[in-house]
Amino acid sequence: MPEPFQREHRTLWQGVLGFNVLSAIVLGILGFFVGAWIGDRIAAGHDYLIGTDQNDVAVFMGYLFGTVGWLAGLGFLNYPLSRMAGRPASLRHHEFGGVGRYFRLCTDHKVVGIQYFFGVGIFFFIGGLNAMLMRTELLRPVEHPFSAGQYLSLVGLHGTMMIMMTSAFIVGPFANFLLPLMIGARRLAFPRIEALTFWLTPLAGLVLMSAIAGNGFPTGWTGYAPLMVQARSGMDAYIFAFILIGTSLTLLGLNLLTTVLTMRAPGLTWSRLPIFVWGVASTAILMALAAPVLIAAMLMGLMDRAANTGFYLASLGGSPYLYENLFWFFGHPEVYILALPGFGIVLEILPVFARKPLWAYRLAVAGMLGVALLSFMVWQHHLFVSGMNASLRPFYMLTTELISIPTGFIFLNGMGTLWRGRIRFTVPMLFALAFFFNFLIGGLSGIFLSDVPSDVTTHGSYFVMAHFHYTIMGGLVFAFFAATYYWLPKMLGFTLHEGLAKIHFWLMFVFFNLTFFPLFAAGFVGMPRRVSTYAPGLQNLNDFVSASAYVLGFSMLIFLANLIYSLVFARVPAPDNPWESKSIEWQLPTPVPVLDFDRIPVFNTTPYEYGVEDAPPVASLEPSPVPAGS
Amino acid sequence: MEIAGHRVPRHGVRILVIWAVLSAIAIPLVVVVLGPHLPPGRMSAQAGAQTDANTVLTALLVPILLLILVFLGYAVFAFRQEGSAIQDGPPMRGHNGIELTWLLVTATIVVALAVWGSYTLVKSSPGSGGGQGPSAPFAPSGSSQAVPIQVIGQQWAWTYRYPSYGAFETRDLRLPVNTLVAFHVTSLDVTHSFWAFRLGVKADAVPGVDNIAFVKARDVGSFTIRCAELCGLWHGHMSGTGHVVSTADFHAWAAEQQTAQEPFSKYLGPFSRAYFPLPLHRAG
Repeated sequence: MPEPFQREHRTLWQGVLGFNVLSAIVLGILGFFVGAWIGDRIAAGHDYLIGTDQNDVAVFMGYLFGTVGWLAGLGFLNYPLSRMAGRPASLRHHEFGGVGRYFRLCTDHKVVGIQYFFGVGIFFFIGGLNAMLMRTELLRPVEHPFSAGQYLSLVGLHGTMMIMMTSAFIVGPFANFLLPLMIGARRLAFPRIEALTFWLTPLAGLVLMSAIAGNGFPTGWTGYAPLMVQARSGMDAYIFAFILIGTSLTLLGLNLLTTVLTMRAPGLTWSRLPIFVWGVASTAILMALAAPVLIAAMLMGLMDRAANTGFYLASLGGSPYLYENLFWFFGHPEVYILALPGFGIVLEILPVFARKPLWAYRLAVAGMLGVALLSFMVWQHHLFVSGMNASLRPFYMLTTELISIPTGFIFLNGMGTLWRGRIRFTVPMLFALAFFFNFLIGGLSGIFLSDVPSDVTTHGSYFVMAHFHYTIMGGLVFAFFAATYYWLPKMLGFTLHEGLAKIHFWLMFVFFNLTFFPLFAAGFVGMPRRVSTYAPGLQNLNDFVSASAYVLGFSMLIFLANLIYSLVFARVPAPDNPWESKSIEWQLPTPVPVLDFDRIPVFNTTPYEYGVEDAPPVASLEPSPVPAGS
Repeated sequence: MEIAGHRVPRHGVRILVIWAVLSAIAIPLVVVVLGPHLPPGRMSAQAGAQTDANTVLTALLVPILLLILVFLGYAVFAFRQEGSAIQDGPPMRGHNGIELTWLLVTATIVVALAVWGSYTLVKSSPGSGGGQGPSAPFAPSGSSQAVPIQVIGQQWAWTYRYPSYGAFETRDLRLPVNTLVAFHVTSLDVTHSFWAFRLGVKADAVPGVDNIAFVKARDVGSFTIRCAELCGLWHGHMSGTGHVVSTADFHAWAAEQQTAQEPFSKYLGPFSRAYFPLPLHRAG
């Protein structure tokens, strides 16, 4: 294969001292202190800050300069600076080379996908560890072993780690890696922006964890004002991390949407698009439209804290409702940013292991786009008892319940695809089937919360907590593992151990349900969320849940052990197409070549032509060259 | 049914029969056995409406749950591939009739749920015990004669004020039975949520807002009060006990409180419906 770009030759010291994650950390920390010093000079004598014992201007300036240092350390400024100096510069960075690529700015979409897989995975495990500590606290109905403040910090960190940091849990690894392959494009529309969206993510995670140094934040992941304005400097970390993630999500959404709209290979009509690409495209619409609202909400919170602007303070003419509206206008699409790629994953995997075409393809597309559209019209169902806009409650009740219709389509697709199929119970298929089981319970429990009279009972209780864990953990995380076991052999080139994978599945599935199903009951008998103390009569139930949660956490360690064993010790090379899938990414060699395709492929049909006599291959990978102008 | 000489079992009929039998067993169980235990009980008219809503929703959702679970369970056993050979299934791509039926049935169910939920909220149990803001658009009949009780949340306690009894203040919530009560919920600092679980009342306490929730208690007894919105360090300890008492006991107690507080309450100015705290205070 011709290599149009020079492979970079670098010695070890060049590799360590060049633009990479190490220089990013050093310059980021340096930037933080420079910014904090400047912020201190600017704002030290300000009236508002004299009344408090902390200088939020310095903290925010520190994070801002730290961000610039981090990006400069990674080399994001090299291209514009070189061009300004009149020197030629390449837009493509580090696409060839070894492991070092994964620790620097790289514009290869496959490298970014794997960076996302491990980068976001680390934060998923930290969030999971927080959950284990929370369940430890809840073993007893009193504050033990953590204090109320420590418990609230855990609640906040767990929620933000799991919802903020893992917003791109599926889209990050799998859309970046697979979407260009699936549409025959070789890259996303904006590869440097693609690299930026990833590198903002670990930075946001580090900023978020710096909240621990500022005493944590007491607001949970929702960050309701005025508590947000009242809280101590850990809150600044929450606000700034959410701004970084919001920026990352907006850019990722625009990038993916542009790619799907403009870069499909010849022959790939809308009705031949793999359903995962539809899932990613509808998610990208939500990311591009909802995340900017989050950034705005957070900037106003930042101003309230640093400059006493009072957007969210009733005493200064603002309104706590403003924050709740803006936050949930982002927040409800956000839960579908988490769920929709999961729909795409399971509908992509089901046809392969049922050996049948995807049943009612157009209904699946309608379902995803319908969910995306409706998700912008339901946000006030989080605010049914807030006292805001009470006369509009029947409207939000209707829109919320209408969203069950497109979600129901996804179930019909799944059921129709299984119908009279030849089901093989591989690990990805087990996770995909478990997705339907969990999401069914999660979705139906949501009906209680959409009904105002019922919501008056369940709002703010453990019922809500159980509901969204069934949809997000039971949906998103199970879909993530389905995708991981399905595509990771293609992505990394090594086969995962199947026995360990099956132990992981069964422990995770059984103990996920044993952990979260009893919590519906806890909510029904009146246990509020986010409390470290509860009625003593609920101790047995909580102890049972905690014990189940520990086994659930242990099942994640089995996955980790499998990953380390398969990648480091066993290293069994993965075949090109272990699942006999007809989708295009499995027709490519494993590992996928740097430039993906020798030629841009020409698509012939859908990737789901199972059981069809004389079906052509999904795409011609070596299309005959067509003379220019013909 | 036969396809290409092979007898194909009637999977669809089997699934429907299993589902119908299970549903016929489950629905009465839900209504008769589970229903009376569903929250929040029947201490007030509003709580009763919520319990009814929870019962109807459970009874309706159980057959939907069963239909899909029976289908998945049946498919997993009936359509599994034996052995390691990989065979393709029949290339079915959809069925207009089934798709349209599914759309119509789900649409009918959800629109009916929304209509029924709105009817409960607007007509049969106006407000349903939830906070409705200062204008309270869905007020029960006789709401202008309701006994007002102001509920003031602050970090981390509830205070109650009785405007029709000289505006005395207390930490001890009591309300008369069989009388419509209007809770005016507000906050002195951050957002809280006043949750009287058995009474079926939940209303956010938002600074600067008078959030009204109506309730008419049916039974004498006590109920737990909690905060349902994260409000900082001691959110979990922001709880207490309220009492529904007979009308005579209530009047006696209220008159006693009013007399006891008269010496200083008469010097206080008219109280506010909502409070606007200063933002400078920073706590943990």
